[in-house]
Amino acid sequence: MRVPNNLLYTEDHEWILVDGDEVTIGITEYAQGELGDIVMVETQDVGLVFEKGDSLGTIEAVKATADVYAPVSGEILEVNPALDDDPQVINNDPFETGWIYRVKISAPAELDDLMSPDDYDEQIAD
Amino acid sequence: MSAKATALLPVHEEAGAKLVDFAGYRMPLQYKGILHEHRAVRESAGVFDVSHMGEFRVRGAEARTFLNRVTVNNTRKLAIGQVQYSAMMTPEGGIVDDLLVYCEAEDEFLLVVNASNRDKDMAWLRRHAPEGITIEDESDATSLLAVQGPKAWPLVCSLCDEGGLEELPYYWFRHGHLRGIPALISRTGYTGERGFELYVRNEHAVALWKLLFEEGRTVDIQPVGLGARDTLRLEMKFALYGNDIDMETSTIEANLGWITRHKKPVDFLGKEVVRKHLAEGPPRLLIGFELLDKGIARQGATCHRGAEEIGRVTSGAMSPSLGKAIGMAYLRSDLAEEGSDFEVEIRGKRLRARVVPTPFYEPELPAR
Repeated sequence: MRVPNNLLYTEDHEWILVDGDEVTIGITEYAQGELGDIVMVETQDVGLVFEKGDSLGTIEAVKATADVYAPVSGEILEVNPALDDDPQVINNDPFETGWIYRVKISAPAELDDLMSPDDYDEQIAD
Repeated sequence: MSAKATALLPVHEEAGAKLVDFAGYRMPLQYKGILHEHRAVRESAGVFDVSHMGEFRVRGAEARTFLNRVTVNNTRKLAIGQVQYSAMMTPEGGIVDDLLVYCEAEDEFLLVVNASNRDKDMAWLRRHAPEGITIEDESDATSLLAVQGPKAWPLVCSLCDEGGLEELPYYWFRHGHLRGIPALISRTGYTGERGFELYVRNEHAVALWKLLFEEGRTVDIQPVGLGARDTLRLEMKFALYGNDIDMETSTIEANLGWITRHKKPVDFLGKEVVRKHLAEGPPRLLIGFELLDKGIARQGATCHRGAEEIGRVTSGAMSPSLGKAIGMAYLRSDLAEEGSDFEVEIRGKRLRARVVPTPFYEPELPAR
């Protein structure tokens, strides 16, 4: 199971790519595998200001539904436009073209609470 | 309690299936993916291990009469070699189980029941059986492979040693051999596609599985798990026990009036409630719906019209064949007409839904 080294992670199986005060958010390869074929992604709108822990939408797989929780506080800058037509892009390429949100973060210190690749790797190995 | 294994569990493990515990069995949920498997059955051929299903053999000179009393369909109309879809009801009008009844001989019938209801069904049958009826549980010795899809039907026909299987009509069966493997070959299924259900003794299950994949490689036959079995049956609006029907729902409410022979001259269990629901109209009806707004309605979601709660979703998914969110729900029967709109509450939001004609999907090569 891939756990790229350049990302941070949450216990809810999201990944965060940090680029200054902007981050990109998606779900991990492990998460998409657990969910199975994704058939719909319901996202929030660009401009939404949210707090860490808020629901940022839902991922609907054939047999399961998963909430996307905000791993940090911030504002939505962009929603992956590919998700509407091809939600399975998350299954096929979770760490790259299957990203979900680009976000401007409002509390950079929250990044310190995220998991390292090693810690996340250990979590999914359990 | 650990889950039981079907004879094919090692084959599923080797194929890399994602396994789940279902009705006490370790079963494949999916292999390559639910959408892929769903498509395989609709377009070509798929094989399901559904060996968790229960098989009871009922014998006795009065077996037909007994079954006419405990099931809602008319077993008097059932010829030797014919299969009947039916249900057992309680006197209070709930459904004990839905089942297939196979007429093997004048005094011998095979009942195929849901795995989750096996113990309950056996207790129910024994409780209502008169003297002289024997009921044997053959489930643990029997494997069941469903082979379904437009290309599955000719494939199985080509494997049959006896020949002439193409002539076997829908809901009939015969005993025969598939390249030497003895099987009960049944023109039935739970997908809407043409195909067979093959009952074999456990010791032949792996050989039959391998034969199907060996001979089916030209049509790219695929193993199919319970996940796609659920989406396939939902597109046909086939009821799933525990979701859409249970001890609280009558066959009339469940839109199974077509199997409920209320005029048969027998005091079958559940008859009073059936007659009442037919005379007064059932309080609620199982309907098929489509979501008009973006979302997916899952089991348990409540249905509304204005401030009123008018029903509940019993099954729901994104239809892989149609690309629309579909589902089944019990609605108050005065609001259950085709074309009527209602709302489903999903995570606090109201989404618009419409009662639509069913089955949702029409197979190109219908099962019949």
